[in-house]
Amino acid sequence: MNLTGIHPVPFGAAESRDLVRQMLRIRRFEEACAQLYGQQKIRGFLHLYIGEEAVATGVIGALQADDAIVATYREHGHALVRGVPATVVMAEMFGKSGGCSRGRGGSMHLFHAPTRFYGGNAIVGGGLPLAVGLALADRMLGRQRVTACFFGEGAVAEGAFHESMNLAALWQLPVLFCCENNGYAMGTALERSQSQTDLCARARSYNMPALAADGMDVVAVVQAARTAVAQVRRECRPVFIECRTYRFRAHSMFDPELYRPKEEVELWKQRGPLHTFTDRLKAQQLFSEADFQSLEAEVAAEVRAAIEFADASPLEPVADLLRDVHTPPEAV
Amino acid sequence: MREALRTAMTADPRVLLLGEDVGRYGGSYAVSKGLLEELGPERIRDTPLSELAVTGAGLGAALGGLRPIVEIMTVNFSLLALDQIVNSAAALRHMSGGQFHVPLVIRMATGAGRQLAAQHSHSFDGWFAHVPGLKVLAPATVTDARHMLSLALDDPDPVVMLEHALLYNVTDELGPPPSAEEAWRAAVRRSGRDLTLVTWGGMLPRTLVAAEELAKLGVDAEVLDLRCLRPLDTRRLTESVRRTRRALVIDEAWQTAGLSAEISAQIFEGCFYDMDAPVKRVCSAEVPMPYAAHLESAALPSVAGIVAAARTLLQGSAS
Repeated sequence: MNLTGIHPVPFGAAESRDLVRQMLRIRRFEEACAQLYGQQKIRGFLHLYIGEEAVATGVIGALQADDAIVATYREHGHALVRGVPATVVMAEMFGKSGGCSRGRGGSMHLFHAPTRFYGGNAIVGGGLPLAVGLALADRMLGRQRVTACFFGEGAVAEGAFHESMNLAALWQLPVLFCCENNGYAMGTALERSQSQTDLCARARSYNMPALAADGMDVVAVVQAARTAVAQVRRECRPVFIECRTYRFRAHSMFDPELYRPKEEVELWKQRGPLHTFTDRLKAQQLFSEADFQSLEAEVAAEVRAAIEFADASPLEPVADLLRDVHTPPEAV
Repeated sequence: MREALRTAMTADPRVLLLGEDVGRYGGSYAVSKGLLEELGPERIRDTPLSELAVTGAGLGAALGGLRPIVEIMTVNFSLLALDQIVNSAAALRHMSGGQFHVPLVIRMATGAGRQLAAQHSHSFDGWFAHVPGLKVLAPATVTDARHMLSLALDDPDPVVMLEHALLYNVTDELGPPPSAEEAWRAAVRRSGRDLTLVTWGGMLPRTLVAAEELAKLGVDAEVLDLRCLRPLDTRRLTESVRRTRRALVIDEAWQTAGLSAEISAQIFEGCFYDMDAPVKRVCSAEVPMPYAAHLESAALPSVAGIVAAARTLLQGSAS
C-alpha cells in the first residue's frame, strides 16, 4: 500500500529526519547482530526487532527523560532509542564487562540506570508487575513520571497481564501499557491463542482507555503515543495502546518459521516502516536520498564503533563470578 | 509483629504494606490489625487476589524508591508469586550488572498444625533458601519477631520472612534488638554437651521441650536456632556440632531434598572428623498434609519423635 501523498507527514524536516535516524539505527544494529551471531560473537538467544522499528521509535520518542521503560527480550531497539549507547549494548551482547549489564545479562537483559531502562525480561509478561510497581512509587511520591511497559500480544494470555492491568487501573497508576502486536507469540498466531483477539476491548474491560495504531507507520505511532502519554501523565492513570506491527525475521535465530507463509512476510515487508516513511518524506520534500545516504553513513559508523568497542572490551575475571548477587553497604 | 510494622512505618514514610486483607480485615493473622486506621489506605494497601502482580509491584516500587513490605497471606500462595520472586527480585541486581538493588521485604505465614490440609500446610523454607539473591529470615521468638523486620527493611536486597502461623500468639518477654554482629547469626537457645538439636522457626518451641525431656533422661542437648536460612550461619552450626559431636536436624518440611539436607551436608563437610555419629533428621512424613488431627500430628515432627531420634543418635556412639 502506497501512502505517499495521501496522509501528509505532520512533522518538520528535523523531526522527520530524527525519526528516520532512530529507525535506521535500530535496523542496521539488528542486521549487524544477526551477522555477529553467525560469527558466534553473540550467543544464546537473539530476538531481532527488524520490521517493528516504528513502535519503539514512536512511543519512546513521546516519553520524557525521567520516565521509565520496562521492555521484553526483544528490546535492543528500545534501548537504542532510549539513549543507551550502542557501544554498551553491543558489548553486552558480546558478554563483555563493558556491557550495560557488565556482560551478566546478554541480549535479553539490557539494563541501564541512567536512562531508567529497567530491562530486558525473558519471562513473557514478567515486566508488567514491575512497571506497575514503578508507577506506584511515582504516584505515592508525587512524581509526574510515566512508566512505559512494552510487551507482545502473547503476554495477554499470561495471568501477570490481567493482574497487572487490573491493579494499575484500580489504583490509578501512571503506566503506559504498550502492546506490540506482531501477530505471533513465537510460532503461535494470535487467533489460535485468544478467544477474543480485540486487544483494546480486553484493556477496556479493565476500565482503562485503549487505542490502537498502525505500528508500521511511525507517524501513527507518534500520534497515538503522544496522546496516550499525555493522558497518563495528566490524569495519573494507566492507558493501553496496541501497535499492530510485524517482525520480518524469525522469532529468534533458531526459528525455522514453519508457522507462517513466506508470502505473508513479503506482504508485510512492503509496508516496512522505514521505506514507507522515507518515501512519504521524499514526496513531501522533507527529506532526500542524499539525506538518507548521509544517515546511512552516520549509522554505519555508529554500528562499527559499537562493534569495535565490544571487541576491545575485556571479559570480567572469573574471580569476580560471585559479585552483584547481593548489594554491598557502600553501594546503597 | 504489629509493633514492628507500626514502628517501621511511623519512622519511615517510604514503608508501605501491601497484601490481601491487611487493611480492613486487619490481617488474616491479625498482624496488621488497627494499622489501617492509624496509617491510612495509601500505606496499608488491601490488594486483589493477585500474588504475582502484587509481589512484582512490590519489587517495582522498591526500585522506584519506596520500601514495600509485601505480605503474601501464606507460603502456600507464594507459589503463585514465585516467578517474580525468583526470576525478578532475586536476579535483578545480578542480571543488571549491579545497577539496581531491590529493597523488598516479602513476609508470609508458613507451616502446618491447624488441620488446614494439603494446600494450606506447606513449608518451603528450602525453596527460598536455595536462591542466590534472596535472604531468608525465620523468626522463632518474640524478640526476633519484633526486631527482624527492621533488619529486613534495612537490607538493600530482597528478604523473605517466614513467620510460622502457630507462633503468632506466643507471648514472651521482649528482649533487646540483636547487635549488628549477631543480627544475622544462628543463636544457641540452650547450651548443651551431648548433641546439637538444629532447628528454626515453628519447630523451635517443641525442640526446646524435647531438650527438657532429654535432660530428664540425662541427655544434655544444645538447641541451635538458625534464625537465618540464607545465608546459613555455617560457622556457628559447625562450631556447635564439632563440640557436641552429634547433630539432629528438626525441619517441618518434607525430608527429601529439604533444607535439612543442605544443613546435613554442611555438617558433614565441616564436622565429619569430629563426629561420633551421622547426622539424623526429623522431618514431616512424605505425605501431603492430611486433615484428620491424629494424622496431621503423626505427619509432623513431634516432641516424642525428636526425643526418640535423639536417643537413637546417642545409642550407636563409639565413645
